[in-house]
Amino acid sequence: MLSLTELCKNFGPQRIIAQIDLVVAPGEFVVVIGASGCGKTTLLRLAAGALSPTTGRVDNRFSRTASVFQEPRLLPWRTAIDNAAFGLKALGFDRRQRRAKAETILARLGLDAAELGKRPAALSGGMAQRVAFARALAVAPDLLLMDEPFGALDIGMRRSMQDLTRREAEKAGMAVLFVTHDISEALRLASRIIVLSPRPGRIVADIRHNPLSDPAEIFQAAASLLKKPEIEAALFG
Amino acid sequence: MNGKIFRFLSSLSGLAALVGVWAAIHAAYGPLVLPRPDLAVRELLSLFVSGEAQQALKATLLHSLAGWATGSLLGFLLALLAGFWPLAGLALRPVATVLLGTPPIAWLVLAALWFGANGFDAGFTVAVVILPIVFVAALQGLDARDPLLDEMAAGFSAPTWLRFTDILAPQMLAYLLPAAATALGMALKVCVMSEVMASGTGIGGRLAAARSNLDLTEALAWILLVIALVLGLDLIFVAPFRRLFRDVRAPGGSEPC
Repeated sequence: MLSLTELCKNFGPQRIIAQIDLVVAPGEFVVVIGASGCGKTTLLRLAAGALSPTTGRVDNRFSRTASVFQEPRLLPWRTAIDNAAFGLKALGFDRRQRRAKAETILARLGLDAAELGKRPAALSGGMAQRVAFARALAVAPDLLLMDEPFGALDIGMRRSMQDLTRREAEKAGMAVLFVTHDISEALRLASRIIVLSPRPGRIVADIRHNPLSDPAEIFQAAASLLKKPEIEAALFG
Repeated sequence: MNGKIFRFLSSLSGLAALVGVWAAIHAAYGPLVLPRPDLAVRELLSLFVSGEAQQALKATLLHSLAGWATGSLLGFLLALLAGFWPLAGLALRPVATVLLGTPPIAWLVLAALWFGANGFDAGFTVAVVILPIVFVAALQGLDARDPLLDEMAAGFSAPTWLRFTDILAPQMLAYLLPAAATALGMALKVCVMSEVMASGTGIGGRLAAARSNLDLTEALAWILLVIALVLGLDLIFVAPFRRLFRDVRAPGGSEPC
């Protein structure tokens, strides 16, 4: 379980996050949406332990947490398979084990054998993001933190990565805290949607939801969400 | 294959032109200005036959490589200190600038006075000249590193050694390697100069003796040996790393994970 309690974060004199209380339970797919600059990424970095809160507390009881970032953050001097195996190397797996495991996951995510020996410069954006996703999945996390990971992908690749993420999360039973500014992405993925207000980010809505895959249903659900004044105000200012 | 032979012959043509100019100057001004190139080569061979060349070579290699290794190691360690401890960085950066601006000849004079002409002075001078070059390059590598990769590694709880070998070192090496390669050639030149000026040992010492005896053929033989040494060190130490880094930066290929 991940508990964020009365969480506040300031950068200098500016308050970015204000009084956030949030609990992410095992197996939950929580998507945080909000306008650009509302503190979504800061919230995720606080949850990951990359930042310390100004006040409040982050209590992560999950046994293993992994992150997927906006940009793939692959090591340019390592091949796709070596990048996917990085987390396993950090856990102390020997070379044979980590290569075998990384290869299996990369194949599951749709990377051909020919792609495994390529360095990030030779991979497309979608492929590079798959490698970053594989790196996170390889360590078998029970909490996955995802920061707008598909923002730079085209719509087709984006949809396929969203389906893949949903499938992998369900298969592994892991909790996911996913940040996006795209309401349709939230509706496609989330079992729970958190809406943040513009800066300083505070929770204005916490909605239980069943993930949708039909575009018409997503469109309708988005329209009905946006009819709520507090959500419209949070997303469009 | 033909391309490789062509490139090799092209690089040889430059050297051949240089030898041609040497021979032309000899023909124009006589052996008092420049002896025949083949005589200098023959002299060098005879120095090898008598064992004098090996002895001088050994001493110069010892002084220059020991000085280069010491200067590089200290420069690298001080750069790490300056990079991770801002106060040390503030203190060390101007020191490096002062060291970089100090001419090697000044160190050479001081070293000869402090340590005497025993070969240690040459090693010391090389180390002091190399240290700031490597320090500045390593610091540039540290300053240019990608903080997002550090955050990624921290997210996976990567141990310190892994962050060093897989994240920090490759980024630093991109700056360190060209600096170390330049420094290696410079180490040899500073070492020979130091031997000529002060220590009287190694190739520089023999070069100084040839100058005293006005033996131009022997002096050129020692100079040829220095040039061969610089090229040899580049081939043995620098070129393999250059190739390795070119391969690592290439989009394809695979190295062990």
